[in-house]
Amino acid sequence: MKLVIINGRVIDPSQNLDGNCTVFVENGVIRDVAKAKRSTNGYEIIDAKGAIVSPGFIDVHTHLREPGFEYREDIASGSKAAVAGGFTTIFCMANTNPVNDNASVTQMIVKKAEEVGLLNIFPVGAVSKGLKGVELAEIGEMVKSGCVAISDDGKPVMSGRLMRHALEYAKTFKIPVVVHEEDLSLAEGGCMNEGRISTELGLKGSPAAAEETMIQRDILLSKLVGHHVHFQHVTTATGIDMIRQAKKQGIPVTCEVTPHHLVLNDEACRGYNTNAKVNPPLRTTKDCQALIKALNDGTVDCLATDHAPHAHDEKNVGMDEANAGLLGMETALPVLLKLVHNKQVSLKRLIYLLTVGPAKIFKLKTGSLKKGWPADMTIFDPNLSNTIDAEKFYSKSRNTPFHGWKLKGKVLHTICGGKVVYA
Amino acid sequence: MSLSVRHLLSVKDLTKKDVDLILKTAENLQEISKRPVKKVPALRGKTIPLCFFEPSTRTRASFEIAAKRLSADPIQISSFGNSLSKGESLLDTVKNLEAMDPDVLVIRHPHSGMPHLMAKEVSCPVINAGDGINEHPTQALLDLMTILQVKKKIQGLHVAIIGDILNSRVARSNIILLTKMGAKVHVAGPASMIPAGVEQYGVQVVNDIREVIPKADVIMMLRIQRERESASLFPSLREYARFFGLNKNNMKEAKKDVVIMHPGPVNRGVEIAPEVADGPHSIILDQVTNGVAVRMALLYLMCGEGERKIKY
Repeated sequence: MKLVIINGRVIDPSQNLDGNCTVFVENGVIRDVAKAKRSTNGYEIIDAKGAIVSPGFIDVHTHLREPGFEYREDIASGSKAAVAGGFTTIFCMANTNPVNDNASVTQMIVKKAEEVGLLNIFPVGAVSKGLKGVELAEIGEMVKSGCVAISDDGKPVMSGRLMRHALEYAKTFKIPVVVHEEDLSLAEGGCMNEGRISTELGLKGSPAAAEETMIQRDILLSKLVGHHVHFQHVTTATGIDMIRQAKKQGIPVTCEVTPHHLVLNDEACRGYNTNAKVNPPLRTTKDCQALIKALNDGTVDCLATDHAPHAHDEKNVGMDEANAGLLGMETALPVLLKLVHNKQVSLKRLIYLLTVGPAKIFKLKTGSLKKGWPADMTIFDPNLSNTIDAEKFYSKSRNTPFHGWKLKGKVLHTICGGKVVYA
Repeated sequence: MSLSVRHLLSVKDLTKKDVDLILKTAENLQEISKRPVKKVPALRGKTIPLCFFEPSTRTRASFEIAAKRLSADPIQISSFGNSLSKGESLLDTVKNLEAMDPDVLVIRHPHSGMPHLMAKEVSCPVINAGDGINEHPTQALLDLMTILQVKKKIQGLHVAIIGDILNSRVARSNIILLTKMGAKVHVAGPASMIPAGVEQYGVQVVNDIREVIPKADVIMMLRIQRERESASLFPSLREYARFFGLNKNNMKEAKKDVVIMHPGPVNRGVEIAPEVADGPHSIILDQVTNGVAVRMALLYLMCGEGERKIKY
């Protein structure tokens, strides 16, 4: 099969490429990205006039909820939501039921993902059996079956000793340990960021320090073991600065931030809005600004959505009882482009953080339009006006704080392995 | 005259005029409770479910008495025959209640914000009778009424609120309401009991209660919830009583005409010594009496009777 994308502005940070190019695809791989005019005879043509052509987006942090919570999302619906958001590669976290802590669950996820066949789905295995934080899961077996990393995401590894052993063990299999940082004793009972707004709403807060103390611990453990820790959804100014300092010292750490922690703060919880209840919580304007600065100075390695679907009944309750989490994949691009339109980050840097950035961390062969690489691509119009409508989501759930937001930017085509998977 | 708000969810929503109207109505209605036959037909035929999803004795009794003195029919609901444990969601419960055509819903809930969410789901007015650690608006109103009866004014009064500010809905409502009405509010207690960003309300925060006692015209002591939230906030009741309790000793520093308040139930000998709780400065039982009057006023005003002249 031959496909050609013409008239688009191709931005591929992996090759420092930005210009009007024609992208030739053959047999699922990039054959050429050409500036000069060349014959497109025999190719199926996609006209990307006025649009950006970038390597396919990568989301290293999603919850597909299968097995166990298919009423919220499943691999099929999550796949559709992903490609509609422009993603061609996603990671799914282990907090399913049963937990992805052994090879059989990993294999089941891999098999289902292949059956759906829309995009690349890589499972992330659990660090500990049952996410209980007591014994290591069968990490080697899971890696052999297709896991690309391990994480107890949703839960921190509270035991420093177990975290140390996880790092040592993961080093053998050359996969990073991915961490959700939260000191549970400090965060206990908190359903939003602790601060002015939580006091005003009379809600228990979780302090920034609950996240920061754990980031600091794991920086020290990463240094001790000499192995890669990847910090998920960093939210605080102090936390991101700790990571900046650790990187300067050559400690092997990387991190991601989410679109919602960049554009929303704890004010979003007003009115007891459970769609703004997320873990870690939305912080303050000052934290958002620090995260944006870190996007630009290289401290942040990639963006990730933490796509966390929940059913209506799980959100239509009080803040204390509501499940934490919001949908991310279908809103990520327009929400992030807000930063570009506000001149807080460049388009090129944004694309870097969605493509080559995550690919580098996890050593993936995607995120680039280099010759011979898989033809994973996202074509989007950064200026197209777009009102977020949760009712139109491909996801099974509707829990988004962005419903009704008027934003600019829309995915037009998603191409994975040379196949158009969303248009 | 009628209230500017449909629901009473937070004292933040009340205007000064609303507060004046509530207190004036309460004063008028208070006389009913002094009669041999303590009942008027003002709210005859009105159905008022008292939904207490958290244990309560005094607030629940106060609302029930208030409703009955106005001839309304209060219905006690604790957790709807435990339907919650049968898997029914709370909103389903509320929708069921609404289907029974209540005139006002009184809601107490262990989680902050629940009355606000329920108010969006039902067509009748909702009164927040205490939600989580958030607010207890009727308590703040009855406290205000009690202070006014003794001090005749609020403007310029120094009010010290002492104890577990962090977990106290009474404190939060009182801070907001008293500040709005012109009082100077001081909060005092160990730093572990002071919520983040409390300064936003324009209060003064100190940790040593001896700094505020001499200044205060009103001292409001808060209950130590020893059974739950406060557990890890201080080392022992003995130590708490010594450093943060009001007793004969530190009362020597207080103004001669200071009044002592407490939302009850009192932990005698912990936050307040028995001789102070029962002493000449205490107006704790007046608070309870005024609670009935304030709740009568609210039920009366919120049942849509505000326009009608009180007849009895």
